Amino acid sequence: MSTESTAIDSLVDVDGENTLIDAAGLGEIRRKVADGTRLSEADGTLLYETPALAAVGALANRVRLAKHAKQTYFNVNLHVNYTNICQYSCKFCAFAAKPFEERAYCMSPQDVEARLAEFRDSDVTEVHMVAGIHKDLPYEYYLDILRAAKRGKPDVHVKAFTMVEIHHLFKIAGKSEDRVLADLIEAGLGSCPGGGAEILTTRVWKALYREKTSPDEWLDTARKVQQYGLKMNATMLYGHIEKVPERVEHLLRLRALQDETGGFMTFIPLAFWPYNSALENYGNVTTGWNDLRQIAVSRLMLDNFPHIKAYWIMLTPASAQVALSFGADDIDGTVIEEKITHDAGTTAPQSLSREDLIHLIESAGYEAILRDTTYEVLQAV
Amino acid sequence: MSLQASIKKVRNSERLSTEETYELYMQAELTLLGMLADSVRRRKHARGAREGIVTYIIDRNINPTNVCVVDCGFCAFYRRPGDSEGYVHDHVAIFAKIDELLAQGGIQILIQGGHHPYLKTQWFAELFQAISERYPELWIHGMSPPEIHHLAQLDKISVHEVIGRLKDAGLDSIPGGGAEILVDRVRDIISPKKVNSEGWLDVMRQAAVHGLRGSATMMFGHVETQLERIEHLEKLRALQDETDGFFTSFIPWTFQAQNTPMEEDWQKSHRQATWSEYLRMLAISRIHLDNFENVQSSWVTQGLKTCQMGLAMGANDVGSMMLEENVVSSAGCTNMTTVTEIERHIKDAGFVPRRRNMQFDLLDERTLETAR
Repeated sequence: MSTESTAIDSLVDVDGENTLIDAAGLGEIRRKVADGTRLSEADGTLLYETPALAAVGALANRVRLAKHAKQTYFNVNLHVNYTNICQYSCKFCAFAAKPFEERAYCMSPQDVEARLAEFRDSDVTEVHMVAGIHKDLPYEYYLDILRAAKRGKPDVHVKAFTMVEIHHLFKIAGKSEDRVLADLIEAGLGSCPGGGAEILTTRVWKALYREKTSPDEWLDTARKVQQYGLKMNATMLYGHIEKVPERVEHLLRLRALQDETGGFMTFIPLAFWPYNSALENYGNVTTGWNDLRQIAVSRLMLDNFPHIKAYWIMLTPASAQVALSFGADDIDGTVIEEKITHDAGTTAPQSLSREDLIHLIESAGYEAILRDTTYEVLQAV
Repeated sequence: MSLQASIKKVRNSERLSTEETYELYMQAELTLLGMLADSVRRRKHARGAREGIVTYIIDRNINPTNVCVVDCGFCAFYRRPGDSEGYVHDHVAIFAKIDELLAQGGIQILIQGGHHPYLKTQWFAELFQAISERYPELWIHGMSPPEIHHLAQLDKISVHEVIGRLKDAGLDSIPGGGAEILVDRVRDIISPKKVNSEGWLDVMRQAAVHGLRGSATMMFGHVETQLERIEHLEKLRALQDETDGFFTSFIPWTFQAQNTPMEEDWQKSHRQATWSEYLRMLAISRIHLDNFENVQSSWVTQGLKTCQMGLAMGANDVGSMMLEENVVSSAGCTNMTTVTEIERHIKDAGFVPRRRNMQFDLLDERTLETAR
């Protein structure tokens, strides 16, 4: 018996569960999970397709308990979407605006500083800054808004710029990639969020976001960022046109890169919200089964990712809470003023209080842990 | 930790005691409860036409009056006698509602309402008689046990006689409302003026004597303990044994606090039950109630996402596509859906959606193949 399964013996009636998992046809995967054997592409497909959703969740929950016991992480964070002006027209996006549109906006560095200054004496520890690719913004602007955020709230961790934005900066800076990363860190960048990965397959890229960083470019940029020493997250936008094999491929490509670089902290599945996007008449809001299954399969396939996050803004608080029993060990943060998913019609509230998050975690039977961006524990609640 | 004996019992279709169910409920991971409940559900619906099916019904709640004398702390719907917002619908108003229901394919009305101080058995018998004459095909599911108990007191006749008169007038079955938690300690706090737990059970016992059937409910997440929830299940299971299957289904839902008299005090020390707590309760219900055929997952109180998750944790029914609902919506619960949406969610979970009536007869001809 491996150390992992010994560790969870105290939390789960392993023998009792085994008969149920095996009866659901997942005995081989159960044994692999117990031995620490890596799951294959075929295993991933089976996990997505089996009707035994609770059994998939039970397996993912074992991995989660072995890695984190009952601990569930959250933080207190603020979103700054500094501009919605974007040169790209990704079909799943309801946030991007063209410069002539009335709803177009772009924050100046002074705006960013003022926004952060509002939270100077608050318990916010992280600002998450991502936005559209606005081609009129010079390289210096990006350094300026990092400095502005730090001026507004000097102790804040700035998690900014997805691989799409970093890739854009590599192109416009007129400097080496190393120099760009050095500039960003010097200006205050602490880590990078995981957005813009969408579905990392050629077909989905060409169908939905062909103007933007390709899957290869996203992964190459992530490799560069991590080799330079920055920590980052990875996401997956699911619930639109992608097929099961494409979801599996996405997970396998991330797992392979993580083997190489080891700099991913968290994997964050993002449920697609169709409203106001070019896919509005195509898509539906994801179902609870889809959300739980994506969380569970991610936990099982991404054996080298420390954390799986149930991002409540996109999953809804309901799915995010139940996801804690299906492999997720993080529920994101209070998220003050998120715009991107709200433009796409999410029914989730604009923010949740610290008490709300703690209650969601505790009433699901887990232990709430306040963390900072890089998973340093700030306080057991 | 050893739940193995209980797990084995469930898998072998053996009954769990109240203590065993309580231990499982308190200790098991949600996914273990889900797997066990799913195994019970699959065993009960494994054969013939029921395989792979999730049912729903199209009906309409008609609340003939909101005037009520029992002042339950958890209720945002009722008005006291004399309140300017109090109402009593006449037959014409009720017929108009039924016409709308029939136009949309509905087959049943759920009639229940406040404990009005002056509306006696005769008033309801005349109403049901009029409905039956005008709409002979319509199924009248009505009068929860506390209302029947109230009529017996108003008319100073037995519960048995009230049910007999209503049945003769056209009442077809009894909804399981007003069960809340069938433990008198709890009822003394949240609804001291309403029928006690034995009285509730006795109305259902008398309905069974009359050859009617009914449903069973549970409203949890207010002032009850975890053990009292399991005691509630046990009382229902015992009556189901005694009546040889009077209850068609079990329907748990969570207390919705908004706008209720107890909201302010209660919120000082409580919070509304969350989605994980709901699913845990749903799953343990499916496990404990081994003599119930059907367990319902609630989109009205939980939303569609969680309602669908319930289908992985023991539920085989999603209840009513209601054209009108006034009670939980008074308490701030405003989840909405359509037949298209509910069918999409059922199919997405790998099941075939089927329409049913109150007795769970299937009303349309769909199979695994034709539904896709």
